[in-house]
Amino acid sequence: MRGKPRFGRLASVVALGLALATAPAAHAKKKDGDEAVSFDKDPYPSTYKAYPGRPTALVGATVYDGRGKRIDNGTVLFSGGKVVAVGGADLAIPADYDRIDGTGKFVTPGVVDAHSHLGDYASPGVDASSDGNEATSPTTPDVWAEHSVWPQDPGFSRALTNGGVTSLLILPGSANLMGGRSVMLKNVPAITVQQMKFPGAPYSLKMACGENPKRVYGSRGMKPSTRMGNFAVNRQTWIDAKAYMEGDHSERDLGNETLEGVLKGEILVQNHCYRAEEMALVLDMAREAGYKVTTFHHAVESYKVADMLREADVCSAVWADWYGFKMEAYDGIPENAALIANAGACVVIHSDDQNGIQRLNQAAAKAQAAGRRMGIDIPDAQVISWFTYNAAKASGVADKTGSLEEGKMADVVLWNGDPLSVYSRPEKVWVDGAMLFDADNPKLRPVSDFELGQPGEGDVK
Amino acid sequence: MKRILALTAALGALACPLAASAQNIAITNATLAKGDGSEPVEGASVVVQNGKVVAAGVGIALPAGIETVDGTGKWVTPGLYSALTDLGLWDVQAVGDSNDTAADESPFNASLDVVPALNPSSQHIAVSREGGVTRASVTPHPGNSIFSGQGALIDLGADAAIVDNARAFQFVVLGETGARLAGGSRVASQVVLRNALREAKALVGTPAGAERASDAMLTHADAAALGPVVKGEQPLYVMAERASDIRAVLALKSEFPALKLVLVGATEGWLVAPEIAASGVPVITAPMRDLPEQFEVLGSTQSNIGRMVQAGVKVAIGMFAGDNQPRWATEQAGNMVALTRMPGATGLTWAQAFAAITSIPAEISGMGGKDGGKTEGVLAPGAVGDVVLWDGDPLELSSAPVSVWIDGVKQPFDSHQARLRERYQNLDRTYMPKAYDW
Repeated sequence: MRGKPRFGRLASVVALGLALATAPAAHAKKKDGDEAVSFDKDPYPSTYKAYPGRPTALVGATVYDGRGKRIDNGTVLFSGGKVVAVGGADLAIPADYDRIDGTGKFVTPGVVDAHSHLGDYASPGVDASSDGNEATSPTTPDVWAEHSVWPQDPGFSRALTNGGVTSLLILPGSANLMGGRSVMLKNVPAITVQQMKFPGAPYSLKMACGENPKRVYGSRGMKPSTRMGNFAVNRQTWIDAKAYMEGDHSERDLGNETLEGVLKGEILVQNHCYRAEEMALVLDMAREAGYKVTTFHHAVESYKVADMLREADVCSAVWADWYGFKMEAYDGIPENAALIANAGACVVIHSDDQNGIQRLNQAAAKAQAAGRRMGIDIPDAQVISWFTYNAAKASGVADKTGSLEEGKMADVVLWNGDPLSVYSRPEKVWVDGAMLFDADNPKLRPVSDFELGQPGEGDVK
Repeated sequence: MKRILALTAALGALACPLAASAQNIAITNATLAKGDGSEPVEGASVVVQNGKVVAAGVGIALPAGIETVDGTGKWVTPGLYSALTDLGLWDVQAVGDSNDTAADESPFNASLDVVPALNPSSQHIAVSREGGVTRASVTPHPGNSIFSGQGALIDLGADAAIVDNARAFQFVVLGETGARLAGGSRVASQVVLRNALREAKALVGTPAGAERASDAMLTHADAAALGPVVKGEQPLYVMAERASDIRAVLALKSEFPALKLVLVGATEGWLVAPEIAASGVPVITAPMRDLPEQFEVLGSTQSNIGRMVQAGVKVAIGMFAGDNQPRWATEQAGNMVALTRMPGATGLTWAQAFAAITSIPAEISGMGGKDGGKTEGVLAPGAVGDVVLWDGDPLELSSAPVSVWIDGVKQPFDSHQARLRERYQNLDRTYMPKAYDW
């Protein structure tokens, strides 16, 4: 959570890498070199299986491949859950493929949200379902977001049907400096979390700088209560983690196992950080401790240091134009994403919001438009990557989804118009080649257990 | 653009001359959306003189010698009317010292009046103005009572005068929030509300100097503030989401027939749309809710507005409080149009959607030109000179205002955000620090 007050009283009234996954037991060595402790690094493995799909040819639509390419009157072929080929109108279509006419429509990769709390902060947002922040200690690298996810959260289906979201990174909240591990999910209706877990996705460690940790713990009269306190606790924790890493691992320590994974480069770092000077300090801390920041989230001031972020090869996950809700958002500007992109740094449009996740495409369009008005003209095909390929990259799964390329997961959205227009919505959505939403088929809309028998069940929403 | 009394405004330019910078201006050859529910027309002109619209349409004669702005390729519309904002009441939501939206610990509630707190220099006003918002209603948020207090109507002109109408409505919250504030249940909130209205009614009828009943619970100030409400002189905005809560609101009229009700929220309004329509009570709501975020909104759907409108309910898009920014009104209206292309969904036509963020909220606020109000939210002869020139379809994500006039006065584009954009458009720090770049 971005750690702001609820939408105002008015409105409230308003993974481990593939290598690791296939090598379940890790072996640490004692100082004397003997094999000592072995444990399963993937004890809650993905049981996700792609749902059945039919070999499909999308023809005649404008295709954005998610990596900056636009094909007019394009053809996208997928079969067996994988993208088979992407090309022009002349691409040969095998005989057994279903043909879907996309004339006047658009095709993009499945949308990826690099920052979601669906399932951890589910709807309805009652205290009993508030499972996103283990706000009991400034550092909780031992907790795993997947252990909080409620798969029946109706938010998943809205993200799918309105937003074309086919995978999403669930992060623990930002009350803590180190909030715990993420879980990457495929956006499929499921009974268990493991049935949603994105196969082969790496884990990430969620970190937060700035106002949230100091507010949450400072208000309890404990450390950290200041930004310098934030850094002190973080640095000491990294120093301790390094000592643990070099130790004999005779006793398991869940928190240090996560931090060791980060220091070894097996676990990515997703760092909630708004302000320019704090991002710079975090990059120095990462250098000092020996890890890499993958993405700064909520990076509303990235535009001030976009060159530094380009050099550091760090993505900025941003909203289009959220503004002023907290002090560290006071310098947010709608041109942020465009300025970051213009400097050659990586832009991701993220949601951190159960409503915003339904319209990541619209947020990207707004951000593009703000840039255009100041003379930065970013092609539509590149803007699409802000909520597809770049988001997948920021989440550590760009080799598997986020673009329409041969051999990648057939996560595909057919839009009923230009996805950068307010007037457009997903018409059909495929996850691993399985059609899980079809606007023209009322039965192809997921209804969660919670919604059964409730007002509006199965409504188009 | 001071508007303390409707009377003053009625006397017009002679009695109350507008600021010297008011321009006589004509915008020509633009696509015109009047805001009144009519479809946009191309090749139109708008003429503003002495702070008022004097003509808007195709083929109108321009006054000789008037300054003209070429609207070719652009859209011209009335300024957006933003219903139920907290504009001017906070700078940073999470910084309590800057936030005057709610008075959680005040002994007064219904008598609270936002006017003295309104800050015309708030960045949120500037940013909203740059987004095409020219008028708004401002409401206090619930504090420690179901009565939040009295809201005001404002204009967003870049000057010190902000209030168009003070004490324009009273805000009361029912549903889950009201239940909590009233002591823990909807049962209690109904009693608190009805008791307060009865006390107000009694006070209205009490001879000057006479004592109130010994069991009066409201402060004198709060009971007095509710007098205009029970007399029907001041609208009572009631927040309710669940279908059953909406029915309970409509039922208030049986005991207090003079009440001038406005429903706020009404997320499950589609479930009781015929009843709302029959009551004639208008609705101000947020259009994009489609999640059961509380138990009182289990029936939420983006088709709520479309279904209510089809049933004959007058619905404005509003509730731009907290972090729901007023400048997002166009995007939200556009999404209502998008629904018309989704099988099974009910949306709004473009013209209906645009009216829902211009003339309809103005009418609900009492500024629609009826009931002695002013004519806001439309481009029509006699309307206030609030004009926005857009670089494209105003509901489309790629579009934004090019120019904004309020009461005929051209508005600046120089918010904190705009200045940051200018400062950081390049990152060259070679010669001087950025701090000298202003």
